[in-house]
Amino acid sequence: MPSATSTTSPTSPASPHGVAQSSSLFDPSILANAVRGSVTKLDPRVQIRNPVIFVVLVGTVVSMAEAIVHPSLFTWSITVWLLLTVVFANFAEAMAEGRGKAQADSLRRMRADTEARRLRPDGVEERVPASLLVKGDVVVCEAGDLIPSDGDIIEGIASVDESAITGESAPVIRESGGDRSAVTGGTRVLSDRIVVRITAERGQTFLDRMIGLVEGANRQKTPNEIALTILLAALTIVFLPVVVTLSPFARFSGASVSIVVLVALLVCLIPTTIGALLSAIGIAGMDRLVQRNVLAMSGRAVEAAGDVQTLLLDKTGTITLGNRMAARFIPLGGSTESEVGAAAQLASLADETPEGRSIVVLAKERFGIRERELGDDHEFIPFSATTRMSGVDIGGRQVRKGAAEAVRHWVIDQGGTPPPDLDAVVSEVSRAGSTPLVVADGPHVLGAIELKDVVKQGMKERFESLRSVGIRTVMITGDNPLTAAAIAQEAGVDDYLAEATPEAKMDLIKAEQEGGKLVAMTGDGTNDAPALAQADVGVAMNTGTTAAKEAGNMVDLDSNPTKLIEIVEVGKQLLITRGALTTFSVANDVAKYFAIIPALFAATYPQLGALNVMRLHSPQTAVLSAVIFNALVIVALIPLALRGVRWHPSGASSILRRNLFVYGLGGVITPFVFIKLIDLVLTALHAY
Amino acid sequence: MSYFWTILVLVVLLALSWRFLGSYMAAVYEGRVTFLARLERPVYRVLMIDPESEQTWPRYAGALIVFSGVALVVTYGLLRLQGSLPFNPQHLGAVSPALAWNTAVSFVTNTNWQNYAGESTMSYLSQMAALTVQQFVSAAVGIAVAVALIRGFARKGSPTIGNFWVDLIRGVLYILLPIAFVCGIVFVSQGAVQTLAGPATVHNALTGATQVIPRGPVAFMEPIKQLGTNGGGFFNANGADPFEDPTGATLLLSVLLLLCIPVALTYTFGKLVGSFRQGLTLLAAMAIIFGTWLGFSSYAEAQGNPAVAAAHVVAQPGGNMVGKEVRFGALPTSLYNIASTQTSTGSVAGANDSFTPLGGFGLMSGMMLGEVTPGGVGSGLYTILLFALVAVFLGGLMVGRTPEYLGKKIQAREVKLAALGILVMPIAVLGLTAIAVSVHAGRVGPTNAGPHGFSEILYAFTSQANNNGSAFAGLNGNTAFYNVTGGIAMLLGRFGVMVPVLALAGSLASKAVVPSGLGTFRTDTPLFTGLVIGVILIVGGLTFFPAVSLGPIVEWLSHGRLFG
Repeated sequence: MPSATSTTSPTSPASPHGVAQSSSLFDPSILANAVRGSVTKLDPRVQIRNPVIFVVLVGTVVSMAEAIVHPSLFTWSITVWLLLTVVFANFAEAMAEGRGKAQADSLRRMRADTEARRLRPDGVEERVPASLLVKGDVVVCEAGDLIPSDGDIIEGIASVDESAITGESAPVIRESGGDRSAVTGGTRVLSDRIVVRITAERGQTFLDRMIGLVEGANRQKTPNEIALTILLAALTIVFLPVVVTLSPFARFSGASVSIVVLVALLVCLIPTTIGALLSAIGIAGMDRLVQRNVLAMSGRAVEAAGDVQTLLLDKTGTITLGNRMAARFIPLGGSTESEVGAAAQLASLADETPEGRSIVVLAKERFGIRERELGDDHEFIPFSATTRMSGVDIGGRQVRKGAAEAVRHWVIDQGGTPPPDLDAVVSEVSRAGSTPLVVADGPHVLGAIELKDVVKQGMKERFESLRSVGIRTVMITGDNPLTAAAIAQEAGVDDYLAEATPEAKMDLIKAEQEGGKLVAMTGDGTNDAPALAQADVGVAMNTGTTAAKEAGNMVDLDSNPTKLIEIVEVGKQLLITRGALTTFSVANDVAKYFAIIPALFAATYPQLGALNVMRLHSPQTAVLSAVIFNALVIVALIPLALRGVRWHPSGASSILRRNLFVYGLGGVITPFVFIKLIDLVLTALHAY
Repeated sequence: MSYFWTILVLVVLLALSWRFLGSYMAAVYEGRVTFLARLERPVYRVLMIDPESEQTWPRYAGALIVFSGVALVVTYGLLRLQGSLPFNPQHLGAVSPALAWNTAVSFVTNTNWQNYAGESTMSYLSQMAALTVQQFVSAAVGIAVAVALIRGFARKGSPTIGNFWVDLIRGVLYILLPIAFVCGIVFVSQGAVQTLAGPATVHNALTGATQVIPRGPVAFMEPIKQLGTNGGGFFNANGADPFEDPTGATLLLSVLLLLCIPVALTYTFGKLVGSFRQGLTLLAAMAIIFGTWLGFSSYAEAQGNPAVAAAHVVAQPGGNMVGKEVRFGALPTSLYNIASTQTSTGSVAGANDSFTPLGGFGLMSGMMLGEVTPGGVGSGLYTILLFALVAVFLGGLMVGRTPEYLGKKIQAREVKLAALGILVMPIAVLGLTAIAVSVHAGRVGPTNAGPHGFSEILYAFTSQANNNGSAFAGLNGNTAFYNVTGGIAMLLGRFGVMVPVLALAGSLASKAVVPSGLGTFRTDTPLFTGLVIGVILIVGGLTFFPAVSLGPIVEWLSHGRLFG
């Protein structure tokens, strides 16, 4: 795919890159754009949206007026640093937006100038620009063509390269009818010919929506962000009277305070740090999801992800490897285990399904039976839905493997008698959560194969850590309750829903939600759509149908259901980062008071010098140091805001204790150290 | 009894009242206590109230405002007309309009700021029908609001938060009246005066001097003064007057009475929300801050006056005895005054003005932190719950969840209302103090210049906006300016907090409950206690630090030399 950034390796199979180009945190081109943005965002109409920083801007203007009337190095220094505080805040936001913008640019290039082969109702083909296609048009795509817009295949089957969207280089099969009929504009047909009915209006394609999302063009504040903004506004409002009343208080005591110092005090007290970084944290949270190849349709969904208490996980592909694997050969009716293995291997030689391959592999591992050259005298019998078995006719032998009932009937038809213990073995295998296949050679049942669902490695630990943060996992499977229970136990999930129908899934979600819980789930089929819409976090697989993608509030471009767990982590990180930086910001105020209050009244009440615990050089250096610290701390925390505070799954209390220690206590102590250091530097300059 | 034993006995009695009064109050507001039903039901009939019907928060708040408004008008009217009304043996004239306004607001808002000397201004009828009645009902209003907020937390998806009239009447009938009556007998037995006869005139045959000794229906007014965290005494000297507070036993009982309901309400809270640990967490935060200030002030007062010590003129064996009641001594007086300033009572057993700078700071800080340690009846609990809500918001975010308290999601509306409730007080205090120090009418108020004069003004507005009512003395508050502005401060500090609290109650009651799990931020742990203390100290500290540094702190740093 065309890539915007040099760091991308679009086709590397080891690390798939879709929209998620992992540019480093401080990519030079983003940096340059952000610097430009931090100046253009000085527009008061932009600033008014952020009450805290807007107050700083107003303060800067007041301070500048004062500096013009009473020019001095001190008043101008304060004014410049106040202005820099606003600029740094803009810079933080521009940095966060810049990453999304770069990604959007590369996506836009992909969309440009595709030509579509539209079929007129009379069947004649015409070439039109893709941008002219409307919903309902029918187009033809052949090998090598770019699919011009989103649509459903109404005829044909093709392999499609979707790496432009997902970064996954392996082609996927798309065919008419069923859950694999959706195609996305901007992807390329690699083989065959398909006829596609366009399902998206102009400007409403998946690609368009993706561009809008990564760019954050119509980003809206999330509920929690609004609540936090209100708290920050309250903290700003309360400090206004605190500072404004200081002037009459001081006059009563026979002191006079300079307006510039009062403005400096105000700016230092209001929560500028979190005020400056709040929107960057939100944008960066969405961006971290994009880096994991997940598109969140709204910030609200990301926030909800942090609150999820119940995860509904599909068994296949999420908890277990997609396929069942042969685990054991069970001899019956006097045959040996190796005889069963040999026959099963024969019957599976032409079976390209993962189950079939696993039988061949097991036979090799257990008995050293290698793949054999069969003579001309053989015919493979493929699996069919009616016979429900497959095998090979070789010489006079007819070797079959298949579903227990099917093979039993086939053996009886051949004139044989199934061994009496067949039923017992079959049901024992089923109870263990596995699938039994029966192997027969003509009228003789040789034995059974146990096909086991293999639980993915590390899942048990993952569920364990989810449990420790209070998240319940529920496995959803179409298996019967016996099988489901066995696998659920092996995987370590908290609960399971067996023989799951879309209705049962929906009922489960509603039941959980009625208990006040937030539910997250993944899905891909059209019949998942209602449940995806009902869930608080509905992650649609990109391979899924258009209906599923529209119902969910996130799309996973990798179509990897395990990602639900990462999505929850990103949500939690986002919230923690907000809380931690707010705490840090407020805790900072303590040191600033000890710097500025003694300085403010140094002339009237020299006794207050006792509060100057940092032993700052002079009132002027004290105030300036506090202002400079206040501005620089914003820049220093940008990387943290963009990356997010680290999160390990553990109990709420231990997370809180750690964050309170780092950001609460750290927030109290850090400014004492740095304000003193800045003061030392200013003193060394001998300017004040 | 030594100071140590006094404290110990007090703690034991408080623990008992926490457990038993707490659960009794829960039963009262759940309607499970009915032994006075024969008194209760006729009241509902007369007022045409259906005790079974519940109110939404706007109706609850509306009823509260209407009731308080009527109370304000009636009290004002009684004070203005007292000259023509009975029970006026001294033939005292009408109270001036400004003073009547300030006093009416003061008693309706549970503040009991007194810009007058009771014995020489108020007729017995005014004391009983205007002031004492308000001491009962204003306390019941405070508890009602707290209970409404508790219901907000306890209920799920409920449109209503209770019935104001029922809460008011039950509070007076089942809680305040019985306790006040029993304790009134104790006060009488200890020697507090209770009579409708006028002042006694005593002629001293030896010196030839004639002394007029004021009397009145004092003893039965005393318990509700403390129990309802009102603080308004019959006499100007308040708890330092031997007719109000005759013995060490009544001093201890007074401190117990003023602390017992605010403390016990934390148990009521825990019981009604289904986990008494939730209440204990808040009580711990209250107790730790209270204990710290008590320790500070006791230490500072025991050291004596730094200015006196610096002069090397006299030794101060009893500590700083300036302005203290000699019957009690410096330490018990400190206990009384600290307890009364931390509970929005404001009664005093000694002059606050004469406390050492650090001791005086202890008195003022209790109010500046919002009267939550443990605060006034009802108001202490609902205000600390606002701080707890902010603590939950920050703490909840830091564990990676959108915050919830007792299963209720804390969203934009809750944050807005909590912030409003917390910010009204500091803004009122700072704004009105700034006006007072800027205009002539305000600047002539304090009798002292410099930082101490500033402290006097700051204290006056802090006390009134927190509905405390204690005075620092030294400020001539009975002027049109201070009467009017003080009234505004009291109204803002009372209803400016109550209305957002009731809105919050309504909003919380209507919410569904999120089940708690391992990922939920726990609010019944010592960690949460610490977080609540942190929020209280940071919010109070940050808003008042500059102002305080111009008053008590600069005095303290000057070793008291700026006294005078």
